[in-house]
Amino acid sequence: MSAAAEPKKLTKKALTADHPTWCPGCGDFAVLAAFFKVLEKLQIPHEKICTIAGIGCSSRFPYFVNSHGVHFIHGRALPLATGVSLSRPDLHVFAFGGDGDGYSIGGNHLDHAARKNVNLTYVVMDNFVYGLTKKQTSPTSPEGFKSKTDPTGSIDRPINPMQKLVYGGATFVGRTHAAQVKHMMEMFERAITHDGFSVVEVLSECVVFYPGAFDDGNPRKGGEFEIIEEKKWDDSAEDESRHDVTDGVEAYKLASLQYPGKFGVFYQADRPTKNQLEQRWIDASREKTGEASAKDLIAGRFAAMK
Amino acid sequence: MSLSAQPLDSQSLSPSESPDKDGVVQLQDVVIRFAGNSQDGIQTIGGFLAKLAGRSAREVMTYMTIPSTISGGPSIFQVHLGSGEVHSAGDESDFLFAFYQHSYDSHFDSLRDGGICIYDSDHVEELRDNERGVKHIGIPITSTTVEAIGGSARDRGKNIFVLGFVTQLFDLNKEKLVTLIERQFGRKGEDVLRNAMLAFDAGYAYPIGDLSAVRYDLRQGAKGGQDKVTTDGNTALTLGLLAGGVRYGSGYPITPWSPVMEMLRSELPKYGGLFVQAEDELGAVSMALGFAYAGHTSVTGSSGPGLSLKMEALSYATMAELPLVVINVQRGGPSTGLPTSVEQSDLMQAIYGSHGDCPRIVIAPKNVEDCFHVGVEACNLAREYSCPVIILTDQALATRIEAFPEPDLDEVLVEPALDQEPRGEDFKPYPLDGLTRHAPPGTVMEGETYPVVTGLEHDEWGHPSGNPEMHARMNARRREKIKALGEKIGPPAIQGDESGDVLLVGWGSTWGPIREATIRLRDGGRKVGAIHLRHLNPLPSGLEEIFARFSDIVVVEINDEGLYGNGQLATLLRARYCDSRIRSICKTDGLTFKVREIIEGIGSPPQA
Repeated sequence: MSAAAEPKKLTKKALTADHPTWCPGCGDFAVLAAFFKVLEKLQIPHEKICTIAGIGCSSRFPYFVNSHGVHFIHGRALPLATGVSLSRPDLHVFAFGGDGDGYSIGGNHLDHAARKNVNLTYVVMDNFVYGLTKKQTSPTSPEGFKSKTDPTGSIDRPINPMQKLVYGGATFVGRTHAAQVKHMMEMFERAITHDGFSVVEVLSECVVFYPGAFDDGNPRKGGEFEIIEEKKWDDSAEDESRHDVTDGVEAYKLASLQYPGKFGVFYQADRPTKNQLEQRWIDASREKTGEASAKDLIAGRFAAMK
Repeated sequence: MSLSAQPLDSQSLSPSESPDKDGVVQLQDVVIRFAGNSQDGIQTIGGFLAKLAGRSAREVMTYMTIPSTISGGPSIFQVHLGSGEVHSAGDESDFLFAFYQHSYDSHFDSLRDGGICIYDSDHVEELRDNERGVKHIGIPITSTTVEAIGGSARDRGKNIFVLGFVTQLFDLNKEKLVTLIERQFGRKGEDVLRNAMLAFDAGYAYPIGDLSAVRYDLRQGAKGGQDKVTTDGNTALTLGLLAGGVRYGSGYPITPWSPVMEMLRSELPKYGGLFVQAEDELGAVSMALGFAYAGHTSVTGSSGPGLSLKMEALSYATMAELPLVVINVQRGGPSTGLPTSVEQSDLMQAIYGSHGDCPRIVIAPKNVEDCFHVGVEACNLAREYSCPVIILTDQALATRIEAFPEPDLDEVLVEPALDQEPRGEDFKPYPLDGLTRHAPPGTVMEGETYPVVTGLEHDEWGHPSGNPEMHARMNARRREKIKALGEKIGPPAIQGDESGDVLLVGWGSTWGPIREATIRLRDGGRKVGAIHLRHLNPLPSGLEEIFARFSDIVVVEINDEGLYGNGQLATLLRARYCDSRIRSICKTDGLTFKVREIIEGIGSPPQA
């Protein structure tokens, strides 16, 4: 029993909960490991961590993290997470999900949470397929992908998630690969410490229903993992060609690259968060009423109705 | 025109009182209908009269229609002013103010026989042949107003002219009305107020002509003392939620819920809270559940179509056991239906609309005052039972203005506090032997195991579980807590006879007309009682004992008789009590019940 007055050090072990029910070899194991390492590094108070997810394999994340969590309904993790973030500024809010949960049923909520710049961190484990329900086409499945709902091959043009994330208004947009644990950690840390809506798209292989989907981005499988070089603002000649993360048009161009594309930070900017903007109004309202009690406020309304 | 002295037949519902020796007709109450277009400020006149009533210890109830288009279209406002109890907006009107030919044509029949029609002679040219003894008085309202204000081509202000005229006609308290006008229009600028007063004075001074032989004097209200609060159902409900401890919420615009959302948006920051307009109905309920999960008393709401969209999330709230106040301001359905008409057709949806065995609490206010108290109660129930509490109000109640005594805030106000008490090692979010009391995020878990709130079936610790016995036990647990609430709720009070021929049963905004029907029937010699259910799910205990004391049980509601001849509440009561005497008086015309529709629906007593 620790009798120390100082708070207990947060460890990966303390964060470990149920053993994941994911299939052996699933990319999400690595995402979980990276997440634990980052939380341990940042030493966020244990009880302030809040993980929220929708439905899907990757949405089982909250069960595997020993922290306050919510396993919500398909596609709606972000508005629930928004409610938590806006009403509890003391918490660190994380949302998790996959390509179906995030880009299909959840697509509209993603656009609005992003444009409002709600302060939270969203990790999308994209595997280009619906895994939990056993191999249906997902919005990111490439054309020609054979699934149970496209037995002759998918005919719809997939969405480009990076374009959607950049255009949507998120103030931190990153892309990484589940085979690159160090890179994931760096992306997660930057996303978490960014004030605003941070989203990281992780290519995370489903070994059962779409094995090899991301080999092209994995050097160990003969692919290329090209990292975006960000501007250092050092006036050097090389800096000219580096990426300005605050430039949305450039970010969109990066997002439009052919698969496997590039990895790293596509966009990062500082914009007032919805949290800040609403808080300003709350503070102004409270000042205007002289911090009146609820009773006085309601009694005042009644008085005006007589 | 005392209502309590009326026999049943409709002819004698319309006597003229005789003037006294001074030529003054003493009225206990009067029903005035103003019929114009939606931009004529009809609501303003009604609103002022309602406020005046509240300040004069008089009872008032109003009724209005709004066209569902944004501008233009006919609009009426009916005010029932009384010095005794006023329970309905009035079946027929005693006075009709008709601004246009179409207003006259559409509403002439709403005047009682021998009633008085005052029409704008600038717009109404063709009058009906008068077999019903209606007295017609033409006033050039538009041109007189324009002249009074100083020749502006726009005819704004004729509603205030009419208000002035009405003040003269009924010898209403001019000083109080002028104060109300100054308060409302003063805010809009000096010019606006000046024009309003010019119009008012012109109306007040306009010669009454034919009517001068007889003046109308609404008797002073019997009650002295406190001014009453005058407001509409949506506002009363909003204040009830605030008093009950709501500090967060989310919603999406839809008629007739939007005003509640708009008020909460403006008010909650003053209380240190927040209301967010979401991108759609599902986002709204999800965000509201986020606020609830975070430990706050939270609200969302909509009308029928939006409630349909929220059903999955409400199922989640039941399974995960999160407290949430949900408001349905019902309107005509199905689908887009009649956005600005009243209906009570979402009862089944409220109770059973979610998939799965999904018990939740459903309550309905009966009048504007009750909207406040139901708002408070919903918050208390949601917190106690960790489940959704659906408040069923409706378009008529939402927009209707009534006067009622100011609620005692010391008695009902709840100041919410975020629960961050550390939980011990033995904490279980879903204990089989107790009610759920979640540990909101931020709570220190001394056992160092943190809970996940989930929509999957789960064990006591919230771990997903497909175990057959666990599912049965958890379902039972969710059901038993609602059942236990039902056992605690005593039967509603009976109005009228404690036993007899007919028991009228109602819920929601039909309270007024049912009550008035009960009074009239009893005055006619019938033995009639009436109960009004505030709690629809669970039902209160003890109803069967009341049913047993009557021969005929008649459920009055504004929804369809369905495939088997019974409205929604009637169907539920028949299923619950297996009492085939329970029958329905239903209608689906998008209008509130007229007292005579209830009386006619009951029919004559069976021959002995």
